[in-house]
Amino acid sequence: MSKKTLSGTNGVATNIRGWVYLLPALIFLIAFMVYPLIDVFIYSFEEGYNSASQSSFGVGLYNYQYVLRDPYFLKAVKNTFILVIITVPTSTILSLLIALGLNSIRALKNLFQTVFFLPYVTNTLAVGLVFMILFRKTPYSDGLVNALIGKFGISPVDFIDGPYWAKMLVLSIYVIWIVMPFKILILTSALASVPEVYYQSARIDGTSSWRMFWRITLPMISPMIVYLVITGFIGAFKAYSDAVAIFGVNLNAAGMNTIVGYVYDMLYGDGGGYPSYASSAAIILFAIVLTITVINLIVSRKATDIT
Amino acid sequence: MNVKIENLTKVFPGRDRKSEGVTAVDEFTLDIPDGKLVCLLGPSGCGKSTLLYMISGLEHPTSGKIFFGEKDVTDIPPEKRGVGLVFQNYALYPHLTVRQIIKFPLENVKGEARLSKEDMEKRALEVAKLVQIDGLMDRKPGQMSGGQQQRVAIARALAKMPDVLLMDEPLSNLDARLRLHTREEIRRIQKETGITTIFVTHDQEEAMSISDMIVVMKDGILNQLGKPQEVYDDPVNLFVASFLGTPKINIFKGFVKNGGLYVGSDDKAEKILDVNGIDDRQVWIGIRPEGFEIAKDGKLTCSLKGVDVMGRDISVVCSHPADDEVIRAIISAENDVDRDAQTVRFNVKPHKTFIFDRETDERIRFS
Repeated sequence: MSKKTLSGTNGVATNIRGWVYLLPALIFLIAFMVYPLIDVFIYSFEEGYNSASQSSFGVGLYNYQYVLRDPYFLKAVKNTFILVIITVPTSTILSLLIALGLNSIRALKNLFQTVFFLPYVTNTLAVGLVFMILFRKTPYSDGLVNALIGKFGISPVDFIDGPYWAKMLVLSIYVIWIVMPFKILILTSALASVPEVYYQSARIDGTSSWRMFWRITLPMISPMIVYLVITGFIGAFKAYSDAVAIFGVNLNAAGMNTIVGYVYDMLYGDGGGYPSYASSAAIILFAIVLTITVINLIVSRKATDIT
Repeated sequence: MNVKIENLTKVFPGRDRKSEGVTAVDEFTLDIPDGKLVCLLGPSGCGKSTLLYMISGLEHPTSGKIFFGEKDVTDIPPEKRGVGLVFQNYALYPHLTVRQIIKFPLENVKGEARLSKEDMEKRALEVAKLVQIDGLMDRKPGQMSGGQQQRVAIARALAKMPDVLLMDEPLSNLDARLRLHTREEIRRIQKETGITTIFVTHDQEEAMSISDMIVVMKDGILNQLGKPQEVYDDPVNLFVASFLGTPKINIFKGFVKNGGLYVGSDDKAEKILDVNGIDDRQVWIGIRPEGFEIAKDGKLTCSLKGVDVMGRDISVVCSHPADDEVIRAIISAENDVDRDAQTVRFNVKPHKTFIFDRETDERIRFS
């Protein structure tokens, strides 16, 4: 072997070697990500595709027309959007407040960090079960939450099987609860990475803590906040297991289905067996997420320019 | 404004209850006159930055008092002390422009003292002009060189017209050429504004060249205080003598016997000077590089190792058994040194020769 290839300065050899290193990952990505993605895209235009016979009636926009007129789908879209709009800002702001609190205490800091991180390592369904028990109203008991709000003179509500707003409230609280630990973790480390000297300098200059937060802390951690908001949007749009954990698998009956839930139902649910409809719904979800993410990126880039 | 420090002590607690605390600054007393530029000089870890941070108010002293003028500021928070602080790494907010950074302290002011928007702009431009960065007002720190950032840091500290300007190793992040230039600039700015300035550095050359007064510190204790030339010419102990001056002072082992100063320790010891008023004892002898004179019948014989020509001067590099390190003597280039000779002989100048007690390192004066 020549000395050149050994040291890796030979362009072509390095290139080939690089691709060889990437190969295992690429094979899996292509087989399980790229190929299915293209496949789903194709199915979404194939009318009445049947995976057993690998046949379809024809090609066109019929699947999309069907899905977009399906009241279950529209309900799922509405639910998903409400969930996204409530949970993403709320969880981010709450996480930021908790992270700021964690960052400013000394005693018991590690204990609280662990406590706030616990939901992240707890099983989703187990948490869902606990939520159900907390919020459920049965003929025998109003449940803990109802007992609590009863103290303020509010009449008991069935949060699991009652009015729409109550169910949405529980789902939102649950989603916020589930996503916060990760956000707190990221924000705590982002806050800790702001050099202390900026705050010292600001103190010397008589900066109020309010102004320190808005003019120093927030701009310095804004890349992390942007990251959390974007991943938060994507995660919330893909919500499904959360709804199942609280309301069970028959989400259409509960009126709490989400877009991913609709896709699942179309494939495997009771009225399932419609891969074409599922594919179009999935592509619509993909389009929504892509649009929101692009808007997010544009807005955040403008926002960071101003600060 | 003059700054007075009285018995200031700072003890940092140990990591746990068992370990002892670290005394960074020990019973420090110092009086800094109004309008002067004073350097706190000492090796790393000598407590000079801690002292500066206590003056700024960011650190609270364990005991002792700090006065600005007649006012006791020991318990006053930093923002109410009227100090400007230039940090070692400048601490410029990376997301703000130079204009925003300079105006930042002005915008913090509330109530009647707050300037109008136009006045803030005017003040920012004024200080920017003073430090010569008025052409860079809309840049962000990342788009500027180290020297420019350093000026912005000074401008920000000056914008609120502080009574005392504090600088923590402001030149240490600059390259050698820029450092030389910037220290002249700091001197000029200080002269123009007349603000009492306290400057921390471990670079003795820097301290000597720009300050009105230097304070030499070691292990949290004030060793010597005075005008740079005075401290250089008249060090109080071995540490101060060896910390100041480039090339470094040459330290020989020696002794005093019957009014004679001997270099070396045995029978072969060479008597280099007559010293009066010192009892017989073991000593360290410090001789500044410029304290040597070449002489054919010189009293101090060294083995010649090399000769560096520096134009105006020549540096004679040699060794002597009584000094473990290389000896450097700087003599006028008019002298003729035989480079091939094995030995070189010197006489020493009495006022460039210092005697220190072997045990305590304290200076022993002779006449």
